[in-house]
Amino acid sequence: MIDLLALCAFNAAYADTIDSDALEQWPGFFTEECHYRITHIENEREGLAAGIVYADSRAMLEDRIAALREANIYERQRYRHLLGMPRLQNAQAESAEARTPFIVARIMATGQTEVFATGVYQDRFVRQEGQLRLQSRVAVCDSTVIDTLLALPL
Amino acid sequence: MHNDIQSQPVHWSGPGLTRIPFAVYSDPQLAADEQARIFRGEVWNYLCLEAELPDAGSYRTTFAGETPVVVVRDDDGEIYAFENRCAHRGALIALEKSGRSDNFQCVYHAWSYNRQGDLTGVAFEKGVKGQGGMPASFCKEAHGPRKLRIASFCGLVFGSFSENVPSIEEYLGDEICQRIERVLHKPVEVIGRFTQALPNNWKLYVENVKDSYHASLLHLFFTTFELNRLSQKGGVIVDGSGGHHVSYSMIDTAAEKDASYREQALRSDNDRYRLKDPSVLAGFKEYDDGVTLQILSVFPGFVLQQIQNCLAVRQVLPRGTTRTELNWTYIGYADDTPEQRKVRLKQSNLVGPAGFISMEDGAVGGFVQRGIAGAADHEAIVEMGGDATASSEGRATEASVRGFWKAYRRHMGA
Repeated sequence: MIDLLALCAFNAAYADTIDSDALEQWPGFFTEECHYRITHIENEREGLAAGIVYADSRAMLEDRIAALREANIYERQRYRHLLGMPRLQNAQAESAEARTPFIVARIMATGQTEVFATGVYQDRFVRQEGQLRLQSRVAVCDSTVIDTLLALPL
Repeated sequence: MHNDIQSQPVHWSGPGLTRIPFAVYSDPQLAADEQARIFRGEVWNYLCLEAELPDAGSYRTTFAGETPVVVVRDDDGEIYAFENRCAHRGALIALEKSGRSDNFQCVYHAWSYNRQGDLTGVAFEKGVKGQGGMPASFCKEAHGPRKLRIASFCGLVFGSFSENVPSIEEYLGDEICQRIERVLHKPVEVIGRFTQALPNNWKLYVENVKDSYHASLLHLFFTTFELNRLSQKGGVIVDGSGGHHVSYSMIDTAAEKDASYREQALRSDNDRYRLKDPSVLAGFKEYDDGVTLQILSVFPGFVLQQIQNCLAVRQVLPRGTTRTELNWTYIGYADDTPEQRKVRLKQSNLVGPAGFISMEDGAVGGFVQRGIAGAADHEAIVEMGGDATASSEGRATEASVRGFWKAYRRHMGA
């Protein structure tokens, strides 16, 4: 049975990977065929499918990191994720569904820290080769407004 | 038209359009004048899509510049719009972004309005038990929020506070009308909405949209994946008023052999960069003319975008001198197959606040806004491609940016 502690440990590693700029490792938290989307609460309520980010493969997540490293222009910035306790909605031996609240502060090149996003991850986890992976993570932001741009993943 | 140039808070050097005083991006008096002369003046402001008002009573709250507006469809099938401001004390009438309603009532003192914006009810109008109440002379018909004229074109709903603004077709002109019809030729539906808060004056974003010169220089993704090179076949259309534009291009294999990029040794030309999952770019042929990219703007703050199969409208709203709200509405056609819809969802990664080819646009306006601090008496150079505002086949030109200033100065009487 996938338990709460396993999900907490997974999320802690996920957040630390982004916050410590180990972005190349971030796609590894997902299954090869996966769904990753960043949206907000109003689109979700209305069933609108588009995302700020919309990916359906790990390769697309890898491309996003490659684009951030090589192509896209944005000021140096980093995040600090604070993740809440996952609310387990369904736990099986090899899969689980959970909702985990997040708050992400963004630290800009100027040195300023501001709350950038709050929301909830709606997740489906599966166990593959003994490892937990995300088959689906939808980051549903509480705010409908994104400040300036969203470069790093949530 | 206003001709009181003496009262203008910024100094324009000469009558030309190639020198833009940096003060236009930060002067508070100018920002206030823009609200009166442009957004509440002789322009058509984009309000919403007809598709967002499907039924009698469907409404959305939006803005014309900074002025809050309610847009609503009535039983007669017509669309009406009025200021979202109670005639009594000025409170917002409608608080939600959208909904359905038979009528509108201000929460403050329960004054009510019909869907056409007429004041229809005043709570305790006759007083209570013979005490109080409005004077007998008070006439509800004489009071109400300002109403906007409405014009709908290809499912786009525009509103104007002006009695003198020309019809929407005349305002847009034939070429712009045709280029809108090209994309909005059948019913659309909304597939997502996002707002991007930009740390800069609204005009910097509008200029960026019109600036075909920067696109393949700033956006590596664009260039590397051959979505848009200045050497591609295409062009820039600037309408007679200068205020509207279209920039378009089409895949042209002959142009890809062109060495003009390599000769420039530009950072943005990088052959080593390839996608692991190219499905993000795998589109389908949708238009007969081979145009794979069409960015169209309507003065003052509307953008219609076709980038491959990724369709969106954008509404540019000023929020004070150095803040702008950019509302993205992603659309598909109502008759999309599931496969076509999936393509649009995947290609939406190209645009918006996290867009591979547009996240930079959210930041560059802020770079200018921060860069021009302390330089209010200096000016920008907008001279690429000369000083004209004419349409051209080349896109290494700032003709449509100059066109914006031509329209802006006319409206502002500057």
